[in-house]
Amino acid sequence: MKLFKLRGGVHPESRKELAADRAIRVLPMPEYLYVPLLQHVGAPAQPNVNVGDKVLKGQLIGASQGVISAPVHAPTSGHIVAVGDYPAAHPSGLTAPTITIKADGEDRWLDTEAVSDPFVLSPDQISARVAAAGIVGLGGATFPSAVKLNLSRKNNVHTLIINGGECEPYITCDDRLMRERAAEIVEGVRLIRYAVGAEVVMVGIEDNKPAALAAMTLAAKNTEVKVIAVPAMYPMGWDKQMIKALTGREVPADGRTADIGVLVHNVATAFAVRDAVRFGRPLVSRLVTVSGGSVIEPANLEVPIGTLVENLFQFCGGFRNKPARMVLGGPMMGIQLASAAVPIVKGSSGVLALTDSEIGNVQPSPCIRCSSCVRACPVGLLPLDMAAHIRAGDSSAAVTLGLKDCVACGCCSFVCPSHIPLVHYFNFAKGELMEQERVKLKQESTKKLAEMRNERIARIERERVEAAAKRKAAREARERAAKEAAAKVVTETA
Amino acid sequence: MIAALTSLTILGLVLGLILGVAARVFRVEGNKLVEEIMEILPGSQCGQCGFPGCAGAAQALAAGGAPVTLCPPGGRSVVLELAAKLGKEVNLAGVKDSVPKVAEVKEELCIGCTRCFKVCPTDAIMGAAQQIHSVFRDACTACGKCEEVCPTESVKLQPIPVTLHGWYWHKPNLQVLRNIPA
Amino acid sequence: MNRIAHSPHAHAPISISKVMVTVMVALIPATLFGFWLYGWPSINLWAVSLIASIGGEALVVSWQGRTVRPVLMDGSGILTAWLLALSLPPFAPWWIAVLGSLFAVVICKQVFGGLGQNVFNPAMAARVMLLISFPLEMTTWISPVPLGSAHAPSLMESLRITFQSHPIDGMASASLLGHVKTEFTRGIGLDQSLVGYYAPWHSLAGDRAGSLGETAAVLLLLGGLYLIARRIITWHAPVAMLLGVAIPALLFNLINSNHYAGPLYHLLSGGVMLGAFFIVTDPVTSPNTTAGQLIFGFGCGLLTWIIRTWGGYPEGVAFAVMLMNAATPIIDYYVKPRIYGRDRKGVALPVGKES
Repeated sequence: MKLFKLRGGVHPESRKELAADRAIRVLPMPEYLYVPLLQHVGAPAQPNVNVGDKVLKGQLIGASQGVISAPVHAPTSGHIVAVGDYPAAHPSGLTAPTITIKADGEDRWLDTEAVSDPFVLSPDQISARVAAAGIVGLGGATFPSAVKLNLSRKNNVHTLIINGGECEPYITCDDRLMRERAAEIVEGVRLIRYAVGAEVVMVGIEDNKPAALAAMTLAAKNTEVKVIAVPAMYPMGWDKQMIKALTGREVPADGRTADIGVLVHNVATAFAVRDAVRFGRPLVSRLVTVSGGSVIEPANLEVPIGTLVENLFQFCGGFRNKPARMVLGGPMMGIQLASAAVPIVKGSSGVLALTDSEIGNVQPSPCIRCSSCVRACPVGLLPLDMAAHIRAGDSSAAVTLGLKDCVACGCCSFVCPSHIPLVHYFNFAKGELMEQERVKLKQESTKKLAEMRNERIARIERERVEAAAKRKAAREARERAAKEAAAKVVTETA
Repeated sequence: MIAALTSLTILGLVLGLILGVAARVFRVEGNKLVEEIMEILPGSQCGQCGFPGCAGAAQALAAGGAPVTLCPPGGRSVVLELAAKLGKEVNLAGVKDSVPKVAEVKEELCIGCTRCFKVCPTDAIMGAAQQIHSVFRDACTACGKCEEVCPTESVKLQPIPVTLHGWYWHKPNLQVLRNIPA
Repeated sequence: MNRIAHSPHAHAPISISKVMVTVMVALIPATLFGFWLYGWPSINLWAVSLIASIGGEALVVSWQGRTVRPVLMDGSGILTAWLLALSLPPFAPWWIAVLGSLFAVVICKQVFGGLGQNVFNPAMAARVMLLISFPLEMTTWISPVPLGSAHAPSLMESLRITFQSHPIDGMASASLLGHVKTEFTRGIGLDQSLVGYYAPWHSLAGDRAGSLGETAAVLLLLGGLYLIARRIITWHAPVAMLLGVAIPALLFNLINSNHYAGPLYHLLSGGVMLGAFFIVTDPVTSPNTTAGQLIFGFGCGLLTWIIRTWGGYPEGVAFAVMLMNAATPIIDYYVKPRIYGRDRKGVALPVGKES
């Protein structure tokens, strides 16, 4: 098939060989699991268990609330030991509402409602099952999948694209999943296609994963699913890049993929959808790649949601040397972890322990305007100018240059010969602008409150004055009447 | 000589005329500017700037008698907007963003005197006589009036704790880029 | 405190000094050839340029109270001085090199704020300054006297040439471009002036009078191709510059070959090759986008040809580059890449099923 031309992008050293040939292993159930209530884009789940409650594996422990939200489930059987704050896997190191479960070791499933032929379900039933299973975009975007399904059906989506790009270096969990569970993925893909009524189904896989391509092609034989090799480059796994490569179309700025009739899901999401629809099993575990130069035995593990990152490293034999940096996710967009005592969430595709030489950290030097960043940017931005404006304290100038179109893929920072942290500038500016927006909204509302109060005080004052005037008038009238009466009396007596 | 004199005189007259016309046509209404500044200011009449309410501050700003950094509750964004409106350069490095604060009632100290909610410019304090008051955080502008009138020091401005929702990356501090001695 | 670092947690194996060193490596063949062609005086001049640049930069940076080491280590000052040395007459006196180098790194770079902040290409600005201030020294060319040949000055003689402005006897010669220009003013057309003075092969082999870096056109081309292969520069600006010279040269040569020299003459003479691969590719003073670089390169080439053909000076690369440097901000303002999901004007693409 003819692929379409892409702009920008970089070719980081893939380092996938560290873990690519390691078959999926199941991580032994840890003693404690820490399940955050917000593992997705949207409103956090509302806990519906209390400390001391016994739960079964797959039991709902946090209910979805709001239009864009997802529920969370117990990843194993045991009892709830805490409902409160726990450090989140976040660069700030702040805490987030989290439910802590002590595993009982039995790992006993809740009775779930399986269907022998999921294709007899109606599309509505399928998306309801996906919603109930708490499935979110497992590629890292963590947008609630059911919301995407419903939106796509409403927009009459005609093309379903399954993203097997996995362009982040080191990360191989999708690769392994496609190699080992291709048939299940294809079934999930077909279920999604059926649920949204798409006509064309394409699975895009980077050509640096020949084994996954072969397995998927074989599994998709005699189905409506087309498996297509796309060139290996970063950020191929950015959904909009994948759409461009496969369809030649661009998603309008500020729009959604559904606006051009396309729905994109990750391969791991398709796998989870199949589990949810066929067996009624919620998303309670995911594949995580453990890799990096400091890890003794890199691996691809099936990990219960809520497992601490340190448990993964321990299982992989620990570190051969003290890692210079621990990263959750891939090296291009992942976040540095201050501590390994944070839980794996639905969107965590990998945990890395990197050495100094892998990071390539060098002191920044001045920008020489070499425009490597301009050539690398897949969005078509001018990172050097945007960063210069932000550095000078003028974030709004960066917005006019397209700051809000930046997807923070990191290509610019990666290629910069001056080692300027361009993406860091952009995320700072985005945060600052959002903060300003929040402050402004608050100021507008408090201003209204102040005006209302002033009006009220003025009204009360006015009413008081009027009332006083009225009283005065009444009193005067009374006095006058009394006077007149007195005068009358006087005249009469006279 | 005469030609030069005449041409310069005519030039001067014409340019003067244009300036005069422009001054009339494009005249900025003084009080219009005050109104526009009022739009920017928080409008809670807290008086922290030292002027009698936001209207007084707006008049002073329009007359050039006050710095654009005068409004503590407005914070950084108001400074920026004012600077843009008045066409003033502002060195934001000098404007230390005071940590966002919110009033909090220490319940064990509150005697329910109602003084604080009577002075609150945004009705952000709820309560009734002899009952413990509490603060509606979203409406509080941290103007500090309640703190002043509280007889038991029960109402205090407290910094708002940073949450995951409000957190964002710090600005990269790269002195190396200019290679300036620290 | 060990601060949390922002992503990405990987980096391409590249740095400023690596870029600069690679460019220097690309310059080595042409430079060595120039050394051989003009002997010891050219080596002296090159060394003096570099020393003046390093010393001058160290001095002003320390005056500013900044740390000297990282500024010198990035290699940009050395590269600037090197490029300047390549554009000087090889037998020029030492103070020409010193003045030029200091002007380049101090006035043209550090005064503007250091690396990355300068508006004009420092080497070219310095060359222009020297040319209009010291026209005699800057236009005294000599015929090649390869090392080991009979007329080649010895090391001692070379020191006297460079440091005592010892007069050069019998070796003075005009550069090709200068010769043609002079002949024009005497009313002699190309058909006569070029006879016995120019053959494309001579230009390729560098067998003629000129500056260090203009005689070795082929070696400069090779150096440029090496840089393109190493992805230090892209082909856009160089190719555009060569076309900018070649296209008008071809057109006018077809109209009147006696008055307008052909494209090969223009491409292989003067500073065009050095300019195309080492000057207009200067990242700091050229536009950011590929489209902008095409415009920039073509403008440099066209202006070079115009100055050579109709201007007062025989060579125009330095002037052309400076003029286009001044136009770079405006090119950058108008030529911007299209943002994904938006049209050229920045408006979001329409929402629709069919495109």
